[in-house]
Amino acid sequence: MNHQPIVAQIPGLRRYARALTGDVWAADDLVQDTLERACSRWRLWLIGTDLRAWLFTLMHNLFISQVRQGLTRAKLVPTVDLEDVEHELRAPDASINFAIDLQRCLLRLPDDQRVVLLLVTMEEISYEEVAKMTGVPVGTVMSRLSRARGRMRELLDEPKERPAATEPGDTAQKSAPVLRRMK
Amino acid sequence: MTNFMNQDEMHALVDQLQPEAQQQALEALALKDPQAAETLASWLKQRAGLRELHRNVLDEPVPASLLQAAGRVSALQQDLNKGWRQAGIAAGVILAFGVGWTSHGQLVANQAPSAILAQGVAQHEFVRQAGFAYAVYMPEKRHPVEVTAAEQDHLVQWLSKRLGRPLKVPNLSAQGYELVGGRLLPGEMGARAQFMFQNTEGQRVTLYLGAVDQKTNKVNQDEMGFRYESDGSVSSFYWFDQGFGCALSGQINREKLIALATLVYQQL
Repeated sequence: MNHQPIVAQIPGLRRYARALTGDVWAADDLVQDTLERACSRWRLWLIGTDLRAWLFTLMHNLFISQVRQGLTRAKLVPTVDLEDVEHELRAPDASINFAIDLQRCLLRLPDDQRVVLLLVTMEEISYEEVAKMTGVPVGTVMSRLSRARGRMRELLDEPKERPAATEPGDTAQKSAPVLRRMK
Repeated sequence: MTNFMNQDEMHALVDQLQPEAQQQALEALALKDPQAAETLASWLKQRAGLRELHRNVLDEPVPASLLQAAGRVSALQQDLNKGWRQAGIAAGVILAFGVGWTSHGQLVANQAPSAILAQGVAQHEFVRQAGFAYAVYMPEKRHPVEVTAAEQDHLVQWLSKRLGRPLKVPNLSAQGYELVGGRLLPGEMGARAQFMFQNTEGQRVTLYLGAVDQKTNKVNQDEMGFRYESDGSVSSFYWFDQGFGCALSGQINREKLIALATLVYQQL
């Protein structure tokens, strides 16, 4: 019997949502919405099929519809919780800096490109499966992946702006991380 | 074959999606194409970084709100399971479920989300504890039970008194299992009982009994939902009746467990 407890899928969903939204709270909201939707659609899930793929598909559809409705725009302003980066501020570390850069650059990709890049790399889902999940032909997945990787490369190679040094009118400035103190 | 790689080949190389031989051929090709090699190096670095990104989230404790939502989905899933899979008992279950659903239609429509949520969590917790109790006492050689089958009358009296309701020990000899004995265990709502049975091959199953939170059980109080759960090694077949739960656990296949559970259900 293919019994995959749904609870076991949550950490993976949270991680993917975190990378997708760049925000701790928005990510968990998205996971919560996904589970709620799973609840209302559970009849549509065929026992024995891949639970993970089904949940990621639900999450994808929710994310895209929220983006279309402009619901996540406000949430998507990349913020970094002070507590999350406290240890980084004390002990700068190359790999942590790279992670912050990656997240910052990810958020500057168009949503459809970010989705494909994360599903393929972070989640190691095959191109065909990503095509099914996102409801587009494999060719579209490949071209989104190409654009995503190309754009990430450009963004990562750009000289880094320091959060303090702002230039008026710079579009990149909008997505520079903003420090926020959370309780 | 050209000396230049196309983009699809480069992605396939980065994502390691093809057989070893093809992977090597592509790597060799990449070495001849400096521009491709440079792009590949950059993509591989991105990929390595993304694979590590937020990895810590995987080890974080899952927030309670998400656990509850997941519990709700699981409960619904198992209802679906039970409907289609437990063919032997399915008709009765579906009937009970259907009647409950219709007669409580209004109630269910208004209260289902929170009630099913709480119910799913409490029931899931019950079967989890049944599984733990099985895993702890099943391998026990010298003290698998507190009171042995030799003192069955005393055992039943004692556990009935502690659980506050008359218990019965089902007879499973039709399936080759005999009573070993029983023990008292702690539960959320007070005492719980475990009866252990063993066949001639030394295989053991346990019947775990006890109250579950009545408050959270209100909507489907009358429902006798049969559910199956397996964590990979220990499987349980369980049901609830008027706030009282029964779970039969063992390391035997589903069909055998269903046959035993049917016997238990008929006798309790």
